Amino acid sequence: MTYIRKPRIVHSGLERNELGLTLRDYEGGMSTLCAGCGHDSITAAIVQAFFELSIPPHKVAKMSGIGCSSKTPAYFLSASHGFNSVHGRMPSVATGANAANRDLYYIGVSGDGDSLSIGLGQFAHALRRKLNMLYLIENNGVYGLTKGQFSASADVGSRAKKGEVNEQPPIDPVVLAISQGCNFVARGFSGDKRQLVPLIKAGLLNPGFGMIDIISPCVTFNDHEGSTKSYAYTREHQHEAVHADYIPRRQEIEVDYEAGEVATVELHDGNKLLLKKAEAVYDLRDRAAAIDYVISHHRRGEIVTGMLYMGRDEREMHDVSNTTRQPLMSLPYETLCPGADALAELQRGMR
Amino acid sequence: MKPTDTQDPDYFHKVVDCQWGCPAHTDVPLYIRLIAQGRFSDAYMENRRSNVFPGILGRVCDRPCEPACRRGRVEENGKPVAICRLKRVAADHRDDISDRLPRAPERSNGKRVALIGAGPASLTVANDLMPLGYSCTLFEALDEPGGLMRTNIPSFRLPATVLNEEISMITDMGVDVRLGHRIESMRALLDEGYDAVFVGTGAPRGKNLDAPGRYDDPAHVHIGIDWLESVAFGHVEKIGRRVLIIGAGNTAMDCCRTSLRLGAEEVKVIARKPRDHFKASPWELEDAEEENVEIVINHSPKAFVTENGRLVGMSFDELAYERRDDGSLSRPEVVGERFMPADDIVLAIGQDNAFPWIERDIGIEFNEWDVPEVDETTFQSTRDGVFFGGDAAFGPKNIIWAVEHGHQAAISIHKHCQGEPLDERPPRGVEMSPTKMGIHEWSYSNDYAPAERRLMPHVDLKRRFKNLDIEVEMGFTVEQTIEEVERCLNCDIQTVFSAPDCIECDACIDICPVDCLTITENREHDELVQNLKAEVLNPDQPLYVSEPLAQTRRVMVKDENLCVHCGLCAERCPTGAWDMQKSTIFFPHARDVAGLTEESPCQTVRKTG
Repeated sequence: MTYIRKPRIVHSGLERNELGLTLRDYEGGMSTLCAGCGHDSITAAIVQAFFELSIPPHKVAKMSGIGCSSKTPAYFLSASHGFNSVHGRMPSVATGANAANRDLYYIGVSGDGDSLSIGLGQFAHALRRKLNMLYLIENNGVYGLTKGQFSASADVGSRAKKGEVNEQPPIDPVVLAISQGCNFVARGFSGDKRQLVPLIKAGLLNPGFGMIDIISPCVTFNDHEGSTKSYAYTREHQHEAVHADYIPRRQEIEVDYEAGEVATVELHDGNKLLLKKAEAVYDLRDRAAAIDYVISHHRRGEIVTGMLYMGRDEREMHDVSNTTRQPLMSLPYETLCPGADALAELQRGMR
Repeated sequence: MKPTDTQDPDYFHKVVDCQWGCPAHTDVPLYIRLIAQGRFSDAYMENRRSNVFPGILGRVCDRPCEPACRRGRVEENGKPVAICRLKRVAADHRDDISDRLPRAPERSNGKRVALIGAGPASLTVANDLMPLGYSCTLFEALDEPGGLMRTNIPSFRLPATVLNEEISMITDMGVDVRLGHRIESMRALLDEGYDAVFVGTGAPRGKNLDAPGRYDDPAHVHIGIDWLESVAFGHVEKIGRRVLIIGAGNTAMDCCRTSLRLGAEEVKVIARKPRDHFKASPWELEDAEEENVEIVINHSPKAFVTENGRLVGMSFDELAYERRDDGSLSRPEVVGERFMPADDIVLAIGQDNAFPWIERDIGIEFNEWDVPEVDETTFQSTRDGVFFGGDAAFGPKNIIWAVEHGHQAAISIHKHCQGEPLDERPPRGVEMSPTKMGIHEWSYSNDYAPAERRLMPHVDLKRRFKNLDIEVEMGFTVEQTIEEVERCLNCDIQTVFSAPDCIECDACIDICPVDCLTITENREHDELVQNLKAEVLNPDQPLYVSEPLAQTRRVMVKDENLCVHCGLCAERCPTGAWDMQKSTIFFPHARDVAGLTEESPCQTVRKTG
């Protein structure tokens, strides 16, 4: 908590993007999270990503459920749409919003509690539905709002602040998402914006459901020795498998990486992802290999980060459902609500 | 880069731009904070410690602090804090502070010091030496003390009451003041056996313009500073209807505005160069223009024109310059000629030192420009025990420089009289004190106030010309003061970083409203600056580089240039690695060298902090 708001100062060193906006125009209210919370860094990364992509804030809808993570949409993009929904039920609300207006950028911010405990069912089905949104899980392994109980993502053997040891196996959202057919799966770390910002940019432009699991240390309840989601532990055990760099369409690709394998993936809008593998890992398009890689490294106590899986299925919910190309609000009233006769006609065809 | 040594007093001092810019190093943010708390007397005393004449300087200082003020850089088209005006607020609203003024000890230390010229430099020497027990004798050629503060600054800018009061604070310590006593011979003075002699006689000779016709009607052509002096002492009470002022420095501004008060109706200031090359302070130009003085640029005087022995005007060459890429001007080209009618002409084109009274064979060396050789640190001439300061030392500067010269010369005089080497100067120091009052509470007002600079209210144009000594500037109102004090960015409340405590959570970096923090791999300077979050726009401001951080061995880098000292980095830091601490830079004066200490207002602040 803080008593003064971040002052809005437009200094002469402040960059402007293609829309003439500054980073300040993408910021939101003052965070009321604990000082040092990983979530605030993720907020800053989101701000940076939207700024760099020059996305107009009013073309964005921020969706969230309940939890520390779900408060964060209040702290970025004040000038965009938002819905702070029911615990674990954000995917349903996001589905409804997306069905009504497919032209917005949807960004959902959830946590390990909201998505992996109470909302696990909703989360899994949103993946299957190919809902066109970027879904971020701010993953800290504890229920921070209720003072630090283990969450469903806590590792076996991880120690709580008061000393007890977790015995239940964790749900890994990355493995879950890959196995459920999610087309864009990545893992980041709140303390590494160089990795996270390009991932968020790519995820925003990826059609269909994009999921980034972000290790986001809880500075109050899960940043001690014995925790496997602390700043220090994550830094020590983080293993960036594939570094993704977002390359806008108009920009030349300059490959200046020294080691490892470099590949480019073209996104549907002509922009590209430049992928740099730390070692000869696996084919990013290969689901089984990706799952194997993540699980085998986790067994060794390593946290694999970076771009982890990219599917080839670029369809999204509207393509699958064959719905109208226009947002509903832009349809003429007669088309949107064709009247009782049209309904009767439709029903006749079903008898 | 190597980790920054913040123990070096210059590091944090440089962050406090105003204090760094002030020759006397007044702790500006501290006294503004005291004003904000309504502690006007404390603010006055804090000023007086370094600049000796807060009431005078609060009106007529050259204000080197204001162009330096960070506030002007932080916002696009930002204006500096009205530091000088706030100084006057402290002087105007203080209580009786006579019991807080320095006093001379009951017994003299037996050393006698002669001070020549009762201007700001000599008065400062007396101010610093009297409390140490020195017997000071102050010689002044005129009948009143003050030097150029009395003779050259018109009373509508600096009322005599303010001047008298602040001079008395010094002379009342028991200075032996000899008014109307012009020193005609340095040799004779030295023969009187003083332990030290300080020359603070200023630069009293106004420059003449020896153009054709100069002496055809000498009664109507005036040397600016001499004319102002005559006005100040009531010897001149009138001037013609049309007046030309030649020159565009601050003396010219005083001359044109004084003319308007002596009956002139049409006053022009004639400058050789374009406006951005004027020597006058921008605010003095504005004040002159407010009084309908016409500023004429790019005209070079050619000849005084007289008819039947009476001055009728002046002819000028019209000049044109080409501007080079760096803003400098090419040699002018004459593109025309112009005559301007005038009943009187005042020459305000500069002033020189003059030492006809110093014999050239008494060990005081003079250089090729016929000014004495003076050491820039000790202010001693080539003769032991003879010191120079103020305009007399290195040519015309301003009051605040004269004060600082006086402070330094006083240290030298003390050391000279105690038989200590002069070039061993007392070291500066820096002391850090906490400002944390609670979890998110600081002993300073850390929120950023977006208000614009307040404007000084003036006496209206009809009323102000009725009398020569109606002070034009009315001083800030309470409302203006409240707004203006909050504009100060508290640059003396430093962000202090402790690398071992940092967990690299990025909270400070994300919250910083001016993007001045970066955690990055340590590199050499030129490469490092490429990786900062915001571009380095002001290489004069220091970069802070921390020790390597615990988890990744990266370093915390802070570009001090734009920091608004809001304390959010410290508020958002989970481990207290950032802290906001008041830096008090210690500038020794003679009393410190002599081992006298006194309770300063800043020590009181420390107790509450």
